[in-house]
Amino acid sequence: MATVVFTQNLKRHVECPAETVIGATVRAVLDAVFAANPRLRGYVLDDQGTLRHHMMVFVDGEPITDRRDLSDPVRDASEVYVMQALSGGC
Amino acid sequence: MTHALLISTRKGLFVAEPAGAGYKLERGHFVGDNLSLAMVDPRDGAWYAALDHGHFGVKLHRSDDKGATWTEIAVPTYPKQPEGEVQKNFFGLELKWTTQLIWSLAPALDAPGALWCGTIPGGLFRSDDRGASWKLVESLWFHPDRKKWGGGGRDHAGIHSICVDPRDPRTIAIAISTGGVWRTRDAGDTWTNTAGGMRAEYVPPELVRDGNSQDVHCLVQCAAKPGTFWAQHHNGIFVSTDDMQSWSELEVATTGAPSHFGFPVAVDPADGDTAWFVPAIKDEKRIAPDGKVVVTRTRDGGKTLETLSKGLPSSFAYDLVYRHALALAPDGALAFGSTTGNVYTSTDRGDSWSVLTNNLPPVHAVTFAP
Repeated sequence: MATVVFTQNLKRHVECPAETVIGATVRAVLDAVFAANPRLRGYVLDDQGTLRHHMMVFVDGEPITDRRDLSDPVRDASEVYVMQALSGGC
Repeated sequence: MTHALLISTRKGLFVAEPAGAGYKLERGHFVGDNLSLAMVDPRDGAWYAALDHGHFGVKLHRSDDKGATWTEIAVPTYPKQPEGEVQKNFFGLELKWTTQLIWSLAPALDAPGALWCGTIPGGLFRSDDRGASWKLVESLWFHPDRKKWGGGGRDHAGIHSICVDPRDPRTIAIAISTGGVWRTRDAGDTWTNTAGGMRAEYVPPELVRDGNSQDVHCLVQCAAKPGTFWAQHHNGIFVSTDDMQSWSELEVATTGAPSHFGFPVAVDPADGDTAWFVPAIKDEKRIAPDGKVVVTRTRDGGKTLETLSKGLPSSFAYDLVYRHALALAPDGALAFGSTTGNVYTSTDRGDSWSVLTNNLPPVHAVTFAP
């Protein structure tokens, strides 16, 4: 079971507690979370189901490489962090 | 004054209520969040707020109790982009089929609870259930000319103006930056470019009259004379009095206005010859001319433009007023908000102006509740 944790900054807009789910890829674990919390999907993924431009996902401390298909592998007991990319703006 | 004023800013939606002879700021919603615009549906009084959360995307909220409570509703989303479908803008940036900004929102008056929504990167959407779901208007998105549209100040084209025709709610005109003006007479099944007669001075000679090259900043239609449209365009002001069969450009040499560049336009719903603009220095500067904030008004169909400055700052003022940030209330009151966070109101058709506030975040849009 992988643990998926969301940036605290999302909490202001949508409930997003850490979840423990089954899945072998980033896509699979995120889909498992979104199945129970569908409103959260649009805050993390864009219309095409790819990671939003200024979002980041880390698996066990490493940023994922496949932001389109989210095919990066997830192990049992992995920790998946969905974070905001640091980027400019005000 | 009887109509609440909704002010959408970079950091929240603020509401001013009528107070005495003017208005008073009363409350804020979504404080800290970026609002691209708000819309009040005259049919059921619903308030809609379009938010841009940056990292987290654009969202829509609706309030059925004048802002006391809000519900997040669906946001227009594009269908699956076909594999291999690659479109790049003129500087090579790929267009992704994803809503980047909600740039216009209007009641679709041909059905109860129906709405139109214009977006960047250029898709028009329709909802038939007060925003619970949205459908892309495919006839426009797949129109071959759509790929000729370009971004104005943004990376990709956007639909910022939606005029629902008072003669027939299935007829709507939309304006695109940059993609000219388009009209449907069958509630979105078919579309015609109606920018013929406009002129673009920022393209090569062969495209000067091209309908898709016209960077219309804002389009409005007169309710009482629905054959009259006004367009604040990137390089001038255009008016059509023949239902967009042709457009005439106001003569910059003779109107008397400090500039014909600007973003917003408002037209008197009872008098198509009367319209208001907020001029700026064009293109590379985009600030108020001569450090003075003024409004211009025509009352003769565009032959002349009066410069209205009473009550507005006359020195060291560099406010820019965006395309949705000038509004006219049903009772004739006017309001505009600026990038400097100033909001001014007028109850005498622009002859004089009062400061509502000098301290808001940059103003993106203002609208009066009907």
